[in-house]
Amino acid sequence: MTTPAIQPPPAPLIRLHEVHKAFGSLVVLNGLNLEVQPHESLVVVGPSGTGKSVLLKHLVGLLRPDAGAIYFKGTRIDQLTEQEWDPIRRHFGFLFQMGALFDSLSVHDNIAFPLREHGTFSEAEISDIVCAKLRMVGLESTAKKMPGDLSGGQKKRVALARAIALDPEVVLYDEPTTGLDPIRADVINELILKLQEELQVTSIVVTHDMASAFKVGNRLVMLLEGKVIATGTPDDFRHSTDDRVLRFVQGRASPEDLQALQRASHDAQTIQRGPG
Amino acid sequence: MFVETLGRKSTKALEELGDYSRFAGRIVYWMARGPGKFARRQLMQQAYEIGTLSMPVVMVTGAFIGMVLAIEMYPEFRTFGMETHIGGVINVSVIKQIGPVLTAVMLAGRVGGALTAELGTMKVTEQIDALRAMASDPIRILATPRVAACLMMMPALTIGSDLLGIAGGYFMSVTVLHVDAGDYWVNARNAMDNYTVFSGLIKSMFFGLAIATIGCYKGFNCGSGAQGVGRACTESFVASFVAILVMNFFLAKMLNDIFTMIWPNAGMTL
Repeated sequence: MTTPAIQPPPAPLIRLHEVHKAFGSLVVLNGLNLEVQPHESLVVVGPSGTGKSVLLKHLVGLLRPDAGAIYFKGTRIDQLTEQEWDPIRRHFGFLFQMGALFDSLSVHDNIAFPLREHGTFSEAEISDIVCAKLRMVGLESTAKKMPGDLSGGQKKRVALARAIALDPEVVLYDEPTTGLDPIRADVINELILKLQEELQVTSIVVTHDMASAFKVGNRLVMLLEGKVIATGTPDDFRHSTDDRVLRFVQGRASPEDLQALQRASHDAQTIQRGPG
Repeated sequence: MFVETLGRKSTKALEELGDYSRFAGRIVYWMARGPGKFARRQLMQQAYEIGTLSMPVVMVTGAFIGMVLAIEMYPEFRTFGMETHIGGVINVSVIKQIGPVLTAVMLAGRVGGALTAELGTMKVTEQIDALRAMASDPIRILATPRVAACLMMMPALTIGSDLLGIAGGYFMSVTVLHVDAGDYWVNARNAMDNYTVFSGLIKSMFFGLAIATIGCYKGFNCGSGAQGVGRACTESFVASFVAILVMNFFLAKMLNDIFTMIWPNAGMTL
């Protein structure tokens, strides 16, 4: 009897190695290491300003790292020229924080845009695809509307339909539920799960909404000061022994922040009462 | 300290100039290669917004400039009994200098600022990033049709302004100041030649190129928020305005030199 060969771990789809990025004197990514496996649903959490959106923008070449390397399917991509980036970008769908729909185009034309640009479809085929994508996000009736006539949640769903128009392998979500009420936020969460299931995509979701993170992620990563400080399943995060992680998960301010607030209100009272 | 500031500022200015040149170079590249169906479709819409909608205002300013030139020149020329010659002077100055420059300045205000505001808002709302993320070069999609439309419409607008300038000068001189119409036209025709018309239109194309490329460049590189867009619009207008006047000087010198090179014995018109 032969012993079964040990399967090597699957090669990561995306790998970031010691990525540094600073804007002027503000250091945003500070030696970030991260691997993303095919078909996983990775959620990147962390307080605002820790470089979550900056991380996503590095994956599609909207930003370039100051140091470090980024690999996609084993090929280094961070040093490519703008033209060389384009074939890589077609593997990605990017849902921007505010949707970033083109104001001057109707919902239909917004979704048709990448199809007309990169596909070889006839107008009839484009119409069919647009309808199918809109049906997927539950907004078939809005095809003729302009983005200005849509609500915030609808805009994000249309933007999602546009992001998946060319059936990308990886979908990047930048704060998909920010600015939405809890019910609309949950619609977006369900949608992310549905796409994950139906299209077998790899999802990377950046958020600070923990309800959303627990719902859509099968792996969570926490970013703090430009570094990954924790990684694990949603359960690992709920039962983390790291106080920084636990505080973020439970939404508690740090004792230092509370002390600073108390000190500020004490000072304000002293000023109101006047000296002596 | 002073030297340091000067050095830093000139490095920044040179960097921006280099950036702008690369940006303009890419637009020219896409114009030559063909920017694709989407951009081609936008061209007509932009030509309408930049050209057709600017025509009335450009014509009105042209007419008033023609009239004011007649009023100012008439007494001077009358002193020497040469009032029938003002037609030539008005028409040559309108076609060679005032028409193209004034049209360009009007367009820098009306269109340059609007281009910057539109593209700047698209930058701030991440629409330009969205284009890049969808593997579509935003310079090809957004800047190329706007620059092409401006380049195409500037000569047309200049012709509109010139025509009304000529009409305004004629109206003031002949109808109001009673200069003899026949002599006015004969002198006006003698002063004019094809090269004068050509140099005015060539200049207008350069101005159109400058206005649109500066407007688009400033929009693409604007700072964040409403304040960033506002500042970019102001910078865009100021930069276009200065560029127009500086270019006008060098183009006038160059075109006159070319004229003397081709026709060494001909007298200069103005």
